[in-house]
Amino acid sequence: MRFGIVVFPGSNCDYDTLHVLKYVFKQEAFFLWHKDHDLKNADCVILPGGFSYGDYLRSGAIARFSPLMQEVKEFSLSGGIVLGICNGFQVLLELGLLPGAMLRNKNLKFLCQNVHLRIETTDTPFTNKGKPGQVLNIPIAHFDGNYYIDGPGLDKIKKNNQILLRYSSAEGHLTKEDNVNGSLDCIAGLVNENRNVLGMMPHPERASETLLGSRDGHIIFDSIIYYIKNDR
Amino acid sequence: MIDDSIIKEHGLTQEEYKRITALIKREPNLTELGIFSLMWSEHCSYKSSKIHLKNYPTSGKNVIQGPGENAGIIDIGNGLAVVFKIESHNHPSFIEPYQGAATGVGGILRDIFTMGARPIATLNSLRFGPLSVPKNKTVMEGVVSGIAGYGNSIGVPTVGGETYFDECYSLNPLVNVFCLGIAKKDKIFYSRAEGIGNPVLYVGSKTGRDGIHGATMASAEFGEDLEQKRPNVQVGDPFKEKLLLEACLEVMEKNLALGIQDMGAAGLTCSTTEMAANSGTGIEIDINLIPQREQGMTPYEIMLSESQERMLIVAQKEKVKQAQSVFAKWDLDAVIIGHVTDTQNLKVKSGDKTVVDLPLRAIINQCPVYNREAKPPAPPAPVIDLNDISFPENYEQAFLQIIKSPGLADKQWIFRQYDHMVQTNTTVLPGADASVLRIKNTNKALAVTLDGNSLYTYVNPRSGGIIAVSEACRNLACVGAKPVGVTNCLNFGNPEKSEIMWQFKEAVHGIAQACKAFQIPVTGGNVSFYNETEGIPIYPTAVLGVVGVIDALDKIMTPEFKAPGDTILLLGENKEELGASEYMNQIHSKKGGPPPEIDLRKEKRVQSLCLKAISKNMIKSAHDLSEGGLAQCLAECCLLGKKRIGCRINLEDKIRTDALLFGETQSRILISLEEDQEDAFKSLAGKRKVPYSIIGKTGGENILIKHLGEKIINIPVQKVYSLWKYSLPGFFKIE
Amino acid sequence: MKVRVLVSFKESVLDPQGQAVKNALLTLGYDFIKDVRQGKVFELELNDISREEIDKVIPEISHKVLSNPIIERFEWEILK
Repeated sequence: MRFGIVVFPGSNCDYDTLHVLKYVFKQEAFFLWHKDHDLKNADCVILPGGFSYGDYLRSGAIARFSPLMQEVKEFSLSGGIVLGICNGFQVLLELGLLPGAMLRNKNLKFLCQNVHLRIETTDTPFTNKGKPGQVLNIPIAHFDGNYYIDGPGLDKIKKNNQILLRYSSAEGHLTKEDNVNGSLDCIAGLVNENRNVLGMMPHPERASETLLGSRDGHIIFDSIIYYIKNDR
Repeated sequence: MIDDSIIKEHGLTQEEYKRITALIKREPNLTELGIFSLMWSEHCSYKSSKIHLKNYPTSGKNVIQGPGENAGIIDIGNGLAVVFKIESHNHPSFIEPYQGAATGVGGILRDIFTMGARPIATLNSLRFGPLSVPKNKTVMEGVVSGIAGYGNSIGVPTVGGETYFDECYSLNPLVNVFCLGIAKKDKIFYSRAEGIGNPVLYVGSKTGRDGIHGATMASAEFGEDLEQKRPNVQVGDPFKEKLLLEACLEVMEKNLALGIQDMGAAGLTCSTTEMAANSGTGIEIDINLIPQREQGMTPYEIMLSESQERMLIVAQKEKVKQAQSVFAKWDLDAVIIGHVTDTQNLKVKSGDKTVVDLPLRAIINQCPVYNREAKPPAPPAPVIDLNDISFPENYEQAFLQIIKSPGLADKQWIFRQYDHMVQTNTTVLPGADASVLRIKNTNKALAVTLDGNSLYTYVNPRSGGIIAVSEACRNLACVGAKPVGVTNCLNFGNPEKSEIMWQFKEAVHGIAQACKAFQIPVTGGNVSFYNETEGIPIYPTAVLGVVGVIDALDKIMTPEFKAPGDTILLLGENKEELGASEYMNQIHSKKGGPPPEIDLRKEKRVQSLCLKAISKNMIKSAHDLSEGGLAQCLAECCLLGKKRIGCRINLEDKIRTDALLFGETQSRILISLEEDQEDAFKSLAGKRKVPYSIIGKTGGENILIKHLGEKIINIPVQKVYSLWKYSLPGFFKIE
Repeated sequence: MKVRVLVSFKESVLDPQGQAVKNALLTLGYDFIKDVRQGKVFELELNDISREEIDKVIPEISHKVLSNPIIERFEWEILK
């Protein structure tokens, strides 16, 4: 499997993602430079976490104008698998590949901690290895992860079963306390209508090695690998 | 014309000025005077501290670079080296907490990647006034978000540190930032300007009028003119620094640079003069070629500016184009501003006009060195007589009061604002004795801790120094790491006062003594004097940063109890020592000596036993006893980690109950092990002549402590947890 | 020519920063404060272009770059 990881100026989870895919999942993984126009035949494109362009305008707002984003957009429209993690999710929202927007966390602080996530649907290339209702333990690290979408938009993503992950308690309950950043409807990750583009705030690459405390990120990466190998 | 008031404004004495004129055989012009004032400031020259710092052990078979460079370097095997340093950013953080702390992080990161190392972690040691005062809260909130803002953005995890509170820091908070990087041993870069005629490149942000006089500011007490100093604040740009970091590492990886130095405090002045002086060459630059952010800047302003995120690079002529193209890839300009000469002079031109022409020796090597008068304070620091101290009426209340005091309560409110996981190396999260980072593609890990107890150092500076080193090493032993190198940040008052100089000298001697005993080299650090406001100094605060190595990833130890039914064992002895303790401070509102005694031989035996037991897989947890004593330590073993297991403890020592619970006697470690390991452990401890006592069992819902059969403390873990966990957030509630 | 663009949250979107400022002001005793909305100001310095062009491009870049139309709205004015 070929994984292309887009490097924007200010990306800082690019190496982490590369490390996990190469050394933990033993896949072909390589960087894609944002100024290029070449996805190097990637089967899956990952927009990694970080602070692209310092996030000085809005999180992810400038990165979407990078030359390579044209190819990423076309790739996704033709059904290619795209995963946006944290800042990558923010870029996908700004790019319009996913609906909604991010507001500042409700407590107005950066939040880095382990959170619990409930899998809402397994009918996607990103969660086919999980069980509905399964709770994952994966860390978050962001300032702007408070997901927002207007009423009709929310109805639509619910109707289409686009919500993939919700912040929950360890037992899988949705509570105000566990919804640490204040996201609308506890949304932590969602797919597009075609279900080939996922944006998620939590970092699966930080939860893929026992040494780091959790292996639950495997569900996401294993699902992608399985999907590309078999279902496509 | 240079007159007396100009000399004074530049923080120079009349004698120093005379020395300058004698050295250069003429009167300096204003720009030249500015250059001297920076390089001869306490901050850059170490003129008051040098004479004492000589006592530090600085060599060893693994030392690649000791003090004197941007950072220290230690060989850790596998072709790798660790590069680390600690720096203070106290004064700027008080003037503008967010930017002061942020630029402190930026500065120390540059010190590390300048040497060819990728920064993999930062830690910080913070000290503020009590949180009951709103201004102190504002400062703390600003500092924490400043550290977060910079570190998170650039993608270097902030993995730990320490935070304490005392009135002496209300007007002079301390912000000490430590950074650790990893370099390939054969790809280390130094501050050098080699090869006559080679071009000097300027990379990074444009120069503005930021922080002019910053280095001299860091060398003077605050007075009422604080408001006026405000425009000196520099603003950090972590995005620019991230680009610089990636670009510089790429340039170095491709061997396109000969020497490199960042422009920190003292900016262009410091980098040009030090690079040339280190190589015995000279340097010539043209001020008009320097990228400038503001119009009409004078040579004086340009040479003294402290604009952040700038680097100076010397490259071979034929490689300049290649280097420039790497910088261009990262959207950075690399401009040639001058060249290396053989003159041993600094020459600054403005087009055809020479504006500075100074011998480097005078600037760098001939700064005066002071052996300032050092005398113990009169009267000496107060001493507490235990006979005057009544027992608390209710030990449970005293215990809970200590647990929830901001200095000892849970610090998650702070560290969850820091991205402490980015780079995916953090294997032991903040809150343990030391932070642990695995080294990718090896079986090794690094452990780092910052430690210093300013109350100990205040009541007895020498003990304070010895204990700071000992405790830092003990922290490392508790996670399974052997110490390999030390850096230190010495925060003191005005060195022109004899009692401050005495505190400094004593503390340095204490640190030196302990480092020699542990056979660990001091590879550098930072001295911050003049931490006084309106004549009132802070407690002498020596912060030690110690780096250790863990040889196998399956030998990493953590402090929390792992399972019910395990045996709890205390290494070391309990003594009746309550001087300078948190207990005396929190419960009796008394701050006085004596600090706990310390015997370095005993300390080493305890630590080496702990390490041995970890390497033999005998124990399941280890936690150092420090502030708050045994009670605090037990509580932390119950509260850290997810399981929150209780404990039942029986103490048999025939000493004061308060001293037993809260005394801070040194050289103690609390461990837990499975019952069937007890005999093996006892025989190991016997062989190594380490006293120990079996004090109880893990398990249950409560923290239960008996002394001589009498129940002293019996509180549900959950209740202790809530008080400990929500104490700090309670001060910063947003409704 | 100088143009000022003001970007702020739409009425329907929760503005946590604005709320925090509001609460701070209320705590300080300014109890006449009814609501606070926080926004961003951009000052754009332009080379000589015609008024017509300004009317066309300023809304365009405000919509496309300076604001996120999903959550934000903008206003603009010519300063001089």
